[in-house]
Amino acid sequence: MTDIMPPGLALKKVDERIMTLNVGPQHPGSGHMRIVVQIDGDYIVACDPDPGYVHRGEEKMAEYRNYITNVPHLERPVIHDSCNVLYPYVLGAEEILGIEVPERAKYVRVICSELNRCIYTMYWLAIYGIFLGHSTMFMWPAGDRELLIDLMEKVSGARVTHAHFIPGGVRNDLPANFEDVCLRQVNYFEKRIKEYAAVFYDNPILISRTQDTGVLSRENAIRYGTTGSVLRASGVDYDLRVKAPYDVYDELDVHTNVMKEGDSYARSKVPWLDMMESCNIIRQALQKMPKSGSVRTKLKPNPKTKGPATVYKRVESGRGSLGCYIVSDGKTEPYRVKMSVPSFRNLLAMPNLLIGEKLGNMPSVYWSLNYWPVEADR
Amino acid sequence: MSAIAPKFKLSEFIKSLLDNAFWAVLLASLIGLPIIQIVLFYIEMPVIDGELLTPFLALTWLADPTRSLPILKAFMATDMFRVMAFPGFGFAALIAAGTIFIERKMLAKLQLRVGPFYCGKIEGILQLAGDGLKLISKEIIIPAKADKPIFWAAPVIFVATAAAFVALIPVAPGWVVADIDLGLLGVFAVIGFFPIITILSAWSANSKFPFIGGIRALFQMVSFEIPLILSLLGVVILTGTLNLSEIAASQSSFPWIVFLPVGAIVFFITMLAELERIPFDLPEAESEIVAGWLTEFSGMMYGLVQLGTYLKLYAFAGLFVVLFLGGWNGPMVVPPFPEELLVGVELGPLTVGPFPGLPLFDQEMLNGTLWFVLKTVGVIFFILLPRGVFPRIRIDMLLSLGWTKLIGLAFVNIFIALGLLYAGVLGPGGLQ
Repeated sequence: MTDIMPPGLALKKVDERIMTLNVGPQHPGSGHMRIVVQIDGDYIVACDPDPGYVHRGEEKMAEYRNYITNVPHLERPVIHDSCNVLYPYVLGAEEILGIEVPERAKYVRVICSELNRCIYTMYWLAIYGIFLGHSTMFMWPAGDRELLIDLMEKVSGARVTHAHFIPGGVRNDLPANFEDVCLRQVNYFEKRIKEYAAVFYDNPILISRTQDTGVLSRENAIRYGTTGSVLRASGVDYDLRVKAPYDVYDELDVHTNVMKEGDSYARSKVPWLDMMESCNIIRQALQKMPKSGSVRTKLKPNPKTKGPATVYKRVESGRGSLGCYIVSDGKTEPYRVKMSVPSFRNLLAMPNLLIGEKLGNMPSVYWSLNYWPVEADR
Repeated sequence: MSAIAPKFKLSEFIKSLLDNAFWAVLLASLIGLPIIQIVLFYIEMPVIDGELLTPFLALTWLADPTRSLPILKAFMATDMFRVMAFPGFGFAALIAAGTIFIERKMLAKLQLRVGPFYCGKIEGILQLAGDGLKLISKEIIIPAKADKPIFWAAPVIFVATAAAFVALIPVAPGWVVADIDLGLLGVFAVIGFFPIITILSAWSANSKFPFIGGIRALFQMVSFEIPLILSLLGVVILTGTLNLSEIAASQSSFPWIVFLPVGAIVFFITMLAELERIPFDLPEAESEIVAGWLTEFSGMMYGLVQLGTYLKLYAFAGLFVVLFLGGWNGPMVVPPFPEELLVGVELGPLTVGPFPGLPLFDQEMLNGTLWFVLKTVGVIFFILLPRGVFPRIRIDMLLSLGWTKLIGLAFVNIFIALGLLYAGVLGPGGLQ
């Protein structure tokens, strides 16, 4: 019996009382992955997350394309967060190719990055709502998300897959009158997400259901290597925008939201607070941005490095710190592109959080980890 | 024309029309008329002009409109009409269909959507018919290892039990399918069947997610039946009867919710749990156990379970109205029947009427039905509303709510009822 069991299951002896549930990949509560859960009555005694259903070989594909043509496909792992997921690659490519970025382009990148963080988080929040059976919290974020998607459509021309960041700046300049429209939409957006507190975050049933479930202590959060909102919800003040600023984040006033509890409720609330902080950052960036100027440095066709070079860059994405390691051997294509994704790091904490929990807590704990299956598989 | 029907010929078109007409006449005379005859044999026929109508003479109403109304009235006096149409299944199914439509539209407005929109031109009013047709036309898939007889029977038994529940609800004075003295006890007995059907269907599917859902439903229904029964004891103590019609009639001056608000609240919460509505929809929690005990049902079997669920919803809302909101009692708003229709109305050169057999329904019945439906729709609205506001709660929270808080509140309600009785506020010598 033990031989045919999937690896990672802690239980050696399968008891009569234990029932094995295959949650996923065709399950409304799983996403593009499988969680093998063993339950004893209503309690989870073993949990084996099984990602890999949407592996697309993005890293291998990057070895056959040059530094510019890598842009559109490297954003595919998280299309809702496509600017952020591309950001570390673009930063790294600029460093090893030796490209200077205009000042205005850096601000445009910050604005696009923060807009995309909100777009991603709204999608995540919608799924968190429907996982808890709160259908209004599914529809509201999915609808309000359109405000920012329309903004990004004005900027880049595409609604989700923008491919807007390229080595050397951004693809296009902002459209005319963008500052006013952006300010108005972002202000309205902030007003809207504050209303979510009344229907969702202050809801007594939600609080009693998610508080003290799946508690991740500060020590464990650091030890398992979690990042992003999961880490900040466990009381660790760690945000790359503050700790290791890239582009112009050091000129902006970024406030980090930290909660001490480390439970499912805190993990669901930190991204919501982060969205309000994103609105603040966008307003600051719009104010400080140079009103005119170039947004892109002209590149030679097929740019390549002088010789062998490596670079590692990371940014704070919607899910946490997202790193990109580029190795070049002097050709026009990168020798190796390796992405260190936050989703996979956060997933590693899941079995430890779920064991001992009730089956009813599985969706809330699972999705509060800010995990995106496609990004984990790449 | 050629693009739509390339081989159109007028003669073939006329032939197809005649074909259709032929089949319609054939089926009507071979099947329709015998059915009408069979129905008429079960009806006690009225006497018109000193002549007792027989089923064979009854068909004369097709030629004589003055005979159709007495026959209709005679048909409405039968038990079959009560079971099939008015206070029974047809009426309840109509309200259930309206409930589904209102639920979808209301939830959509709450969530800044439009809801059903295209089917039927006007705000998607035919969406339900479309859904029903879809469910009927879908294949019914039975799991290979299922216990097939029980699995097949479960949806049918579910609908039948829900319809039995509907039969106990009095709609207007004298208009109830089963007017039994132990009506409230009958309600408890019928409610007690639902967990059994649920666990039978869940277990017979021989699948893991339905099994967990069935166990959850069993826990939930059994543990909420006790506060449900206890919360209704207050009304029974004050009225001294278990007959639902008498309980409704006893609230002619004020409804019991005025004196027993605690019982009404407890009953409302337990009602949500018994109906598996959000926030108590754990047996169907889709993010944990797919669709709970409904997971393996497909096609019209699922449709039947949904129909039964909404019939149950109507019956519970009706029970709440009868017990706490005064049932059919309300101010008389229906105008009296115009007497001149009985003798005939002169409209210039024409004289319309007289219409023997009128009025079909008396004024009290129409008024009672109106108030009952209005109150029931109001209660249904409040049953649907939490779906847009609350997330789902967990099974341990649910059980602790049922076994501790609600039972405690139900006892408080009983003490309030006893206090009102012994202090002489209500009962003999009191207000009522």
